[in-house]
Formats: sequence, C-alpha cells, structure tokens
Amino acid sequence: MPLDVNGTTYETDEEGYLANLSDWAPDVATALAGSDGAELEDGHWEVINFLREYYEEYQIAPAVRVLTKAIGKRLGKDKGNSKYLYELFPYGPAKQACKYAGLPKPTGCV
Amino acid sequence: MPTLHTVNKSAFERNSLESCLSVCKTDASVLLFEDAVVSGLQNTTVSNQITQAAGSGIKLYALSEDLKARGLSEERVMPEITLVDYPGFVKLTVENDRVQNWL
Amino acid sequence: MSNTKTFVYINRKAPYGTVYALESLEVVLIGAAFEQNVKLIFMDDGVFQLTRGQDPEGIGMKNFSKTYAALGDYDINQIYIDQQSLDDRGLTIDDLQALVYEDEDDDWNEKSSIHLVNREQLSDIIESADVLLNF
Repeated sequence: MPLDVNGTTYETDEEGYLANLSDWAPDVATALAGSDGAELEDGHWEVINFLREYYEEYQIAPAVRVLTKAIGKRLGKDKGNSKYLYELFPYGPAKQACKYAGLPKPTGCV
Repeated sequence: MPTLHTVNKSAFERNSLESCLSVCKTDASVLLFEDAVVSGLQNTTVSNQITQAAGSGIKLYALSEDLKARGLSEERVMPEITLVDYPGFVKLTVENDRVQNWL
Repeated sequence: MSNTKTFVYINRKAPYGTVYALESLEVVLIGAAFEQNVKLIFMDDGVFQLTRGQDPEGIGMKNFSKTYAALGDYDINQIYIDQQSLDDRGLTIDDLQALVYEDEDDDWNEKSSIHLVNREQLSDIIESADVLLNF
C-alpha cells in the first residue's frame, strides 16, 4: 500500500513498512504514524532517532531487550523499561517504532 | 589463442586455484574474484603457488571490488597480481579467446 | 539456571562469496533472545568475516560486518579467533575489528570479547558445547 506524503508517493510493504530506507524523513514518520492513528510526540521521537542512529552504526534494528537496555542507558532508567516503551508504542516498541523510523522489522522479531 | 581462467573460491578452502594453475598455459590469464581474492594476499600458505605461476609467465589478476568488500587493501595483495575493476574484467574476457570458469 | 545450554557456532567461510557468514550472524542474533551461553569460533576463511574496513558497496551487498559490533549488546561476548588461521592467511589480530562488551558485573566496564586461541584450546571449546552449529 503506497504512502502519500505532501504529494510524494512512497512504496511500502504489506505491513506498511517503508520499502526504501533512504525514503525516510521526519514528515514521512509522521505520515506512517498517522496511518496507524498515532501522533508522534517528543518521547516517540527520542526512540525513533535512537533507532535510526543504531541502524546507521550496526546495520540492524535492535531486539526489544537490547533497545530497552540501550534507551535506559541513553535516556535514563525511567525510560529504559518496557512499561514506558509500550505506552509510547502499544503495538510493540521494536516493531512499531522501527516502522516509523523507516527501518526493516527487527531481526528475530515475531 | 590465450585463455582467461577465472577462479571464485578461496584457495584455503578448495583446490580450484591449484587445479587451474596446473593446467594453465604460460600465455594464460588468471583472474581471482569473489572469495578467491583472499588467495592473493601476501605471506600465506598459497603464496608460493602464485609466485611460481607468475614466474612461468601466467598473468594474474584480482577484482578490486571484491578486495574492497572484504576490507583487504591493495598493499596486502602480492605484487605479482594486477588489480582490475569490473570494466577491466570485461576487457580481459574480450582480449582472450575463451573463458574457463573454475567453479 | 539448569536450562542454560552452551551453543558453539563455528564460522569457517569468507564473507560475501557465499551466504554462510550472514546466515550465521542472523541465527546468532535471533538465538540471543533465548539467553543461552553462546560462543563463536572464527577459523579457516571465517577469520575474513571480521576484517576491518569492509566496503561491499561495489559488489552490491550490505555491509553486515558492522553488525558484529552489536554482539556485545546481545550479551554475546565469547568470541574465539584461531591464531593458526590468521597465520596461514598472512593476517594478524590487528587486521580484525575490535569487539567489546560492557561487563554488568564489573561496573559496566568495557572489555574485549575477542580471545585468540590455538587448536588445542579450540578443541576444548568444541568439547564444551551442548549444541554445535556450523556455518
């Protein structure tokens, strides 16, 4: 299902993940969230930006366990726990946040 | 009527380079590509085979893109081996009368 | 925990020419979710998987060598490199990327995951395995 953002059409897979990593931009993230009925706030952006940096460095999207630990280290213990991350991303922090970050689904994500 | 021989498997793992060199004419060219580029490194257990082949007149080449992919810099490759890029690979196939792929 | 088993992955192929290296890495990352005792051996042409400065853009492949640096995050920190395989290929340990982990039991100090071993030590590592996976 193609995603339309300000007149530009982006290719996505059957689950709504961006087909091309390089298509990502903040307004694309906003549109991806919008198609799930979600609105992105500061807390979401912190995680999305973290994921993009992680991917750039390691070429993978981290597993939830790794994401949770790393967020805790980067943004503090109050954010490095699954309760907080699931509140932000109720469909699963790794799955949903990766989608808005324009990354492929995390390796080993079921 | 020279022949281009191509080898794509590591000489540390398969005997394709050894077989190739044992039947090569002295006017032949041998191109190492894909995993075979690792066979062209200096100071290895297969360096002797390469030195001997070069000494007999065989021209040896390695594909630079495959070396780069594996983090192996030009200085690590034996001086007997000439680096070529993809267009150079094509040129070699054109300059020779046939291509023997040692799969 | 009595349910913990020792998994030893033996990596013996150069990267990119075949899919073994990438497949192994993916299985290791997926398997990490089960929190088992994991050891990785790199021997024979497998040592080429860890060379520094890989750049496979020219052959149209993804640079998955960057992913090895994430192994520490996945609590995979027992990585064994066969010295003989390096010697045979004109390589030294400095040609390989450094892999580290943060030790939870030691104030999160950064430590090296890499251990240079000989064949006798390798045979002991293989003997320590409950499960052996070959790539």
